[in-house]
Amino acid sequence: MSAPVATPTRKGLDVASLRADFPILATSVRGKPLVYLDNAATSQKPRAVIDAVRRYYETENANVHRGVYYLSERATAAYEGARERARAFLNAKESREIIFLRGTTEAINLVASSWGRVYLQPGDEVLVSAMEHHSNIVPWQLVCEQRNARLAVIPMNRHGELELEAYERLLRGPVKLVAVAHVSNSLGTINPIREMVRLAHARGIPVLVDGAQAAPHFPIDVQAVDCDFYTVSGHKMFGPTGIGVLYGKAAQLDAMPPYQGGGDMIHTVTFAKTTYAPLPAKFEAGTPHIAGAVGLAAAIDYLSALDRERLMTHEADLLAYATERLGAIPGVELVGTAAHKASVISFVLQGIHPHDIGTIVDQEGVAIRTGHHCTQPVMDFFGLPATARASFAFYNTRGDVDVLVAALGKVRRTLLP
Amino acid sequence: MTDLGELYQQIIVEHNRSPRNFRRLPHPNRTAQGHNPLCGDRITLELQFEGDRIQDIGFQGSGCAISQASASLMTSAVLGKSRREAEALFETFHTMITSPPAAPVDVRPLGKLAALAGVRQFPVRVKCASLSWHTLHAALNQDAAPVSTE
Repeated sequence: MSAPVATPTRKGLDVASLRADFPILATSVRGKPLVYLDNAATSQKPRAVIDAVRRYYETENANVHRGVYYLSERATAAYEGARERARAFLNAKESREIIFLRGTTEAINLVASSWGRVYLQPGDEVLVSAMEHHSNIVPWQLVCEQRNARLAVIPMNRHGELELEAYERLLRGPVKLVAVAHVSNSLGTINPIREMVRLAHARGIPVLVDGAQAAPHFPIDVQAVDCDFYTVSGHKMFGPTGIGVLYGKAAQLDAMPPYQGGGDMIHTVTFAKTTYAPLPAKFEAGTPHIAGAVGLAAAIDYLSALDRERLMTHEADLLAYATERLGAIPGVELVGTAAHKASVISFVLQGIHPHDIGTIVDQEGVAIRTGHHCTQPVMDFFGLPATARASFAFYNTRGDVDVLVAALGKVRRTLLP
Repeated sequence: MTDLGELYQQIIVEHNRSPRNFRRLPHPNRTAQGHNPLCGDRITLELQFEGDRIQDIGFQGSGCAISQASASLMTSAVLGKSRREAEALFETFHTMITSPPAAPVDVRPLGKLAALAGVRQFPVRVKCASLSWHTLHAALNQDAAPVSTE
């Protein structure tokens, strides 16, 4: 694509100047400055992303891979340029291993449907973990039902850490594929996926890693992880909604049948027989979300220009500070206390339902998620109907934590004797 | 009063803390379960429904302050009422919590239920306040005797 906004690498971490890149962070809600702590649901967008999408529509919009005219060439270059950026972002070997889809949910559905149709036999197991998002449970249940296969579950302990001994034991069963989150959206746990991939591969079992919650927090290297599939959602990593990536090893993707049929994914079509396009087009039927890919590329450029080590240090500080401050509030119980965590804190407040917490802190301008976070099995495991969750991005500050803590004081004064 | 103060009135907070009719009935002949999958609010409603009257009513469950207080206030309000009276009350209540904040609503027939009027400032919480009523509606419209626990 043309003219990505050049963001100079920042040596130090000047959070105030980073915040200035995100227009929404300067807004007020209910008369209070916005304190946005629902980044695990979706992240806010830097101006570079918003501008890239607008500029694409204003100056480059055309359909891709079709026209011979100038604009179509520009759009195709922008779209394929975005693919190359996504490749570099994930450190995939080849850009044809990058499939643009709506997001992680569609990516997992693609693998479940396409891979599952070929490889799953009656009696086989798909191994997921106890902390998966519904989007890494339900697609497997659907294909298991069709193929008479079943779901097996890696258990976790009370801290919200996967039990690796049980995992190794389960791998000795009829497991055909492991599908596991890199980072838990409701608990924040960072799973040891390199080790998990190594253990699965030792038994010839491929692994899909749901990276939706990992990509916004730390660099991803799919070759180092050596997973067979990796998924990310653009909107959780400061890009637009409706665009995401499925990474798959070329050998895996080549062996899989198409997921959806339509334009762009074919080689030749006759009524007697259709042959399919090579990767990545085989899995991108129909006109793709071109502007979304352009916006995602802008998000990748934005992130890549930052010193991610410093962002990680800052987020680790936020997590430690918030853990300490929230933990000191009488009646607060933290849910998810793994040793390795991303900056996500789920908690409950004794005697108060999370939805009441959410409504009251909202009056102070604080946006947090309350509910089951699309992880009902996690809630069942902890015997909770719901939790409140504060999830941080690099643009959050200790001051945001202070506002949340003060708002929780108001929650207690409103609802407790 | 602030919007928040109106939502969490003392009577709501108090009913949440000490809900009325929070119990199982010895011999219910109508049972219905309400579930708000988005929130995780759950309620089980039991009725002794005889001669077209709610002779006794009890609920159990868990959820936010609004859903629990609403269930508590509802069970107190419909005790002794006929099906038609209870349904009419539901309709008035529903109008109150879903009407635009500025719209005038006659809350006189609602008695203590009017304490939930503040919900209309918080559209996402309407489902919390109405869960117990939808559950009651389901219980009242079951085919007679057998206790159903879907």
